[in-house]
Amino acid sequence: MGLKASLIIVLSLVALASAGAGVSFFQPLLAVVIPYMVLAVFLVGLCWRVFKWAQAPVPFRIPTTAGQQKSFSWLKANKLDNPSNTAGVIGRMLLEILLFRSLFRNTKAELRKGPKLTYGWEKWLWLAGLLFHWSFLVVAIRHLRFFIQPIPALVRFTEGLDGFLQLGLPTVYITDVLLVLAVTYLFLRRIVIPQLRYISLPADYFPLLMILGIAFSGITMRYFLRVDLGAVKEFAVSLAMFSPKVPEGIGAVFYVHLFLVSVLFIYFSFSKLMHMGGVFLSPTRNLANNNRAKRHINPWNYPVDVHSYAEYEMEFGNKMKGAGLPLEKEEQ
Amino acid sequence: MASTPKPEELAKISYNPPERDWMDTKPQFRSGTWCYASKPDSLKSLGLPNPRKWSPSDEDWKLPENWKEIIFEGLRERLHKFRSLRLFMDICVRCGACADKCHFYLGTGDPKNMPVLRAELLRSVYRKDFTMAGKILGKFAGARELTEDVIKEWFYYFFQCTECRRCSLFCPYGIDTAEITIIGRELLNLIGCNIDWITSPAANCYRTGNHLGIQPHALVDMIDFCVDDIKEVTGIKIEPTINRKGAEILFIAPSGDVFADPGTYTMMGYLMLFHELGLDYTLSTYASEGGNFGLFNSHEMMKRLNSKMYAEAERLGAKWILGGECGHMWRVIHQYMDTMNGPAGFMEQPVSPVTGTRFENAKSTKMVHITEFTSDLIKHNAIKLDSSRNDQLRVTFHDSCNVSRAMGLIEEPRYILNHVCNNFFEMPENTIKEETFCCGSGSGLNTDEFMEMRMAGGLPRANAVRHVHDKHGVNLLSCICAIDRAVLPSLMDYWVPGVAVSGVHELVGNALVMRGEKERTLDLRMQSFE
Repeated sequence: MGLKASLIIVLSLVALASAGAGVSFFQPLLAVVIPYMVLAVFLVGLCWRVFKWAQAPVPFRIPTTAGQQKSFSWLKANKLDNPSNTAGVIGRMLLEILLFRSLFRNTKAELRKGPKLTYGWEKWLWLAGLLFHWSFLVVAIRHLRFFIQPIPALVRFTEGLDGFLQLGLPTVYITDVLLVLAVTYLFLRRIVIPQLRYISLPADYFPLLMILGIAFSGITMRYFLRVDLGAVKEFAVSLAMFSPKVPEGIGAVFYVHLFLVSVLFIYFSFSKLMHMGGVFLSPTRNLANNNRAKRHINPWNYPVDVHSYAEYEMEFGNKMKGAGLPLEKEEQ
Repeated sequence: MASTPKPEELAKISYNPPERDWMDTKPQFRSGTWCYASKPDSLKSLGLPNPRKWSPSDEDWKLPENWKEIIFEGLRERLHKFRSLRLFMDICVRCGACADKCHFYLGTGDPKNMPVLRAELLRSVYRKDFTMAGKILGKFAGARELTEDVIKEWFYYFFQCTECRRCSLFCPYGIDTAEITIIGRELLNLIGCNIDWITSPAANCYRTGNHLGIQPHALVDMIDFCVDDIKEVTGIKIEPTINRKGAEILFIAPSGDVFADPGTYTMMGYLMLFHELGLDYTLSTYASEGGNFGLFNSHEMMKRLNSKMYAEAERLGAKWILGGECGHMWRVIHQYMDTMNGPAGFMEQPVSPVTGTRFENAKSTKMVHITEFTSDLIKHNAIKLDSSRNDQLRVTFHDSCNVSRAMGLIEEPRYILNHVCNNFFEMPENTIKEETFCCGSGSGLNTDEFMEMRMAGGLPRANAVRHVHDKHGVNLLSCICAIDRAVLPSLMDYWVPGVAVSGVHELVGNALVMRGEKERTLDLRMQSFE
């Protein structure tokens, strides 16, 4: 259900944008009104969601420890997978966010005759995830060339690196290829692996299909239709300067591309895509395992009913006396 | 109680999910796969809601009239109290990396035992009532209505999770199913849907100071048994003290170590070691439980039971606390105790009176793990060990979930083992240390009526033991957890006959050369060393 519905929605969005692109009434809507609205919703939504998370306290320090604790100088502690101080936590978080450390641990379990369980090599999910996210970032950085004049050095540098193979004309960007391959893999595994298909929601297929749609429309413009990049830039700069001019003569594909990007960004803060912000806040990763050395404060810690020693001795005092145990009462 | 299927039967596991959508599939309460409901008396003595006679296999669970409201309010309150919950409800991308990391999924093939789906059981309800997308789009956004069937499903699967946190290790966002399960159980607890194996021990612990309900005079008797057995093995009469004021150290072990084999051998090991060191310590009857089944009930119950440790240390005037071998006990001590019941300013930073080592890592909590204490002794040559006394044993080590993934106590027990025995073999790398597999019976699920599920959930652990049993002739599975010592013997008998279970300090007790001891011919189990 989820897959079909998601596909239909994405195709409808494509159709909608294609149709709208040819109608002069819709052009300003697609090119100007919606993008600005999207930006506002995206920023407000993102901040709101992060604010909501940050508002909830972290009552207990609950890192998942993934290596030896810091105890004695003569036992080597694992400073990154089981950090005992802030520097270690920063290191752990960098590994997590930049290199997907936890996902790198992934294995694939197999049950053989016997029964015998084995845990085999499985880094494809990690690799595809990493390539996808990094490619997306590079593509996003490259897109800054449209919005900023003069083009920043960082953007030029990224482009140079990305196109270093010097293949084709215009030069093929490696990240374009990697992004499509990685997203396709992530999409196919959801369909092909039965367990994954079982757990997948429409909310899982939809963003993947959207990203594929965005990538294909972008690739079509750059490599096949060779749209007028000057016009694109003129439009993008005008948007960035808040004096928007509706683009002319770029074609329907451009509108499709822009519209899909818009919908994805609107969708962003309402969806699981918020894992981008959430990963920074995860209390099992961003806290040091120094629990016994440094007290963690729970802001809502409240007194509870306890069974005091006095009550205990009241009930068992005679038996304790009989067994020769010292009592508080006698001492007084 | 249904009979447990034979291993060959249980090993026929299909990982193919059913055709039907998981939201439309109800759990089957087949005996052997669920635990008995709490007895009303236990709930009453703890002041917990909705005490009544009922069974999970009943059609009518006798929920309070406004149960839905209670659950919503409970969930709302916890979303505001726990960032973990709020975050973990929102950010899962269902990548599936956690799926085959769960021992219950590996052992049953039931897709709802995939950690991702276990959490979705709660997330789907959260989406329906707490997110805009869920309110508008319903099932399309992965949201569903809260019904009695959902409560039954929660009960079934939140009591099929041992809060071992193995999935959380592999999750790219650190989503911790233990948090989901702990809070899921808290919600169920609000409407009186809990299991007797958790609430009765908690009630016992509240009243008598330990899960087993051992009263003070009986505890004295049990310690006396240990003393007699130690005399028989070593010729030395040791004299542990109980409830003694002014002792430097309060020692708290899980009550399982006092009560039943093979835990008692571990208890003997502790006591022999303390005697040999001339340690100024005392045991307590009021705080006679290291473990904490409150953790499996609610955060509040955990705090109520845990309070006894600091209260007793303060009453007795101890300088610091030494804790025995137990898994979830140490999760509570390491990650919760100081926050909940501290600060323990009435004590001092723990210092080993033998070696002078200052335990920097425990300077706030003031509680040291026995394997930290003992490994430090060995490092400083403070005790004499004859490791050849354990030569008949071929030993492997099971890392307990909580001390490995909520603490990182990994090398200390290994350091001890490598000094007290000569034949030590590690299980395969994906099954030990931080990647260790649960015994299958943790978090209060170590009850007999749950045996089929325990054997299924214990399969990955047992399988790794079998690997070293076949390859190296391993005949002893050592561990540092009282629940492990209680449940692994039956798991071994089921999947790997011929492997016994022991605590690490039992092996220490065997190897320990004591001043004035007679020639040692018997191990702590009264078996000849030959």
